[in-house]
Amino acid sequence: MTLAAPQRRWIDASIDTCEQVNALIAEPVIGRASWRPGRWRNWWIAFLCAAPLALAFFVGLYWELSQGVGVFGNNTTIVWGFPIANYVWWIGIGNAGTLISALLLLTRQPWRASINRFAEAMTLFSVSIAGIFPIIHLGRPMFFYWLAPYPNVMGLWPQWRSALVWDFWAILSYLLFSVVFWYVGLIPDLATLRDRAHQPLVRKLYGAFALGFRGSAWQWSLHQGFYKTMAGLAVPLVCSVHSIVGLDFAASLMPGWQESLFPPYFVVGAMFSGFAMVIILGALIRHALNLKSLVTDRHFDAMAKITVAAACIMGFSYATEWFMSWYSGERAERSYLAYALTGHYWPLYALMMLGNVFLPQILWFKRARASMPALITVAVGVLMGMWFERILIIWNTLGHGYLPTLWRVFWPTVWDYAVMAGSVGFFITMFLVFVRILPSISMFEVRELAMQEREA
Amino acid sequence: MTRALLAAFTAPDRLLKAVEIEREAGVPALEAFTPYPIEGLSQALGQPATNIPWYMLAGGLAVAGGMYLMEWYSAVLAYPFNQGGRPHNSWPAFMLAPVEVGVLAAALTGFVVFLLKAGLPRLSHPLFEHLPFERASQDQFLLAVRAPSPGDAAVVARQRLFDAGAVWVEEVEL
Repeated sequence: MTLAAPQRRWIDASIDTCEQVNALIAEPVIGRASWRPGRWRNWWIAFLCAAPLALAFFVGLYWELSQGVGVFGNNTTIVWGFPIANYVWWIGIGNAGTLISALLLLTRQPWRASINRFAEAMTLFSVSIAGIFPIIHLGRPMFFYWLAPYPNVMGLWPQWRSALVWDFWAILSYLLFSVVFWYVGLIPDLATLRDRAHQPLVRKLYGAFALGFRGSAWQWSLHQGFYKTMAGLAVPLVCSVHSIVGLDFAASLMPGWQESLFPPYFVVGAMFSGFAMVIILGALIRHALNLKSLVTDRHFDAMAKITVAAACIMGFSYATEWFMSWYSGERAERSYLAYALTGHYWPLYALMMLGNVFLPQILWFKRARASMPALITVAVGVLMGMWFERILIIWNTLGHGYLPTLWRVFWPTVWDYAVMAGSVGFFITMFLVFVRILPSISMFEVRELAMQEREA
Repeated sequence: MTRALLAAFTAPDRLLKAVEIEREAGVPALEAFTPYPIEGLSQALGQPATNIPWYMLAGGLAVAGGMYLMEWYSAVLAYPFNQGGRPHNSWPAFMLAPVEVGVLAAALTGFVVFLLKAGLPRLSHPLFEHLPFERASQDQFLLAVRAPSPGDAAVVARQRLFDAGAVWVEEVEL
């Protein structure tokens, strides 16, 4: 038992008091001057790289909203282009943050404590970005509020059978839900920062957002009762949100889209890409903020195992798609499949298979799971593969529908690329600001974990 | 305002032990303040169940029901519209928005109930006047018991807390 104990640890054995945890996590946020002088230089370099990209995002949005959807490569056949692919990609990444946080809390996985906070922050930022894309893909984005039921002189109501209206409610509910979930988890940590900060203004700011939380047994009991119920609600919410995204496609009659497989296949894909993003962000955070003792190799090992499991499910989903296209016997379905595998975009399809199915298979080996460069290569491959999957679902089906005279190829414009790359830059910018002003790891949960592991 | 003795412990099991000792001595523990949630502490202090999930269920169901009602009203009464021969009340398609909105409403209800029951926001509290109280959000486990009347009883009460393992004891207003 004593010999086996070190194997069971999730955080480094040298961490055995609450104060060590507090110092490690809070120091970068409130002890900026004293905390490893010069370490913020890399932060500034990253910020100065990301900020111009974020600017490109807003310039792209401005240009699209002022000139119309024609600035993108969308044509009369491929009416959905980059915006919908970006939307599905970003909301998928967001889903994983909530799933990590909620599912691992419900299943009592103690390793969640080290990664849930920044995974939830990732959710917030990516869902906010995702919400922008369905608006800019509209022909008349200035009327997007018509999706909401409001008293109007036209006497009109939203079309409740429309996938666009489902999306509206799903994104809105999910975004606000994520904000509440994240903030409630943050309240005790804000109280810690309030009590640790030295400067009066900083104390007041954290104090105001901590709402005067005192950590009394009664407040904790309420906090935990609420937080765990939220986690219980978050799991079906996340699955339903991404299922609705899958229904955007599956509720149509297009070849390659009208499959009952789509909702679960989308949910797994979402978790898959999100875990890849968490691996990248976790590696950056533990290196930059010197948190190797809290985000340990064992965390990456666990995340790598989930990634390889998801990669297998993705491979199975693709195989099911191919089989159903053939088995349906429909001419359009079979033609679509042939086009996907051998048509204009086959190199992208091959890259997608490489990133989503084949590359992650190296994670079966313990050595690959323990190697940071290998893990990050796989994670980047997955993120790229998932983006190709989203864009190919759109290009292949819309560009190769029932009517051969309408078959078209999609040529992206510079604005397509600007908004896509810009959204990544905007995400990185928001994430950098987050790690600078808030604890990127949940302090109260890691304190609990440290004390439990000390007793064990 | 209640006068209380605030005693600090360095580990959660010592705090739980002290709650036990105080109860046996006939001094009810008023409240405890800890850096992370301690399972069973609230019950040991005799606090009632929070019942937050029930409020959330009620809030979520009410809003989900209201949402469906609005969809039904708009699609059947206010603006009946034949879309490909589907029934006006297309309930399978109408279920999606109420589910999403219902979950959101449950979350918001829970948040409001959490704040009301926890007495938050309350930015100013007499406890914040005591510098050592700051440790409760960091690394010490504090127990508040009803302060005895001055005299011999006070000395005995303090000593009992020190014997239970307290690292410091202070008289505060709760």
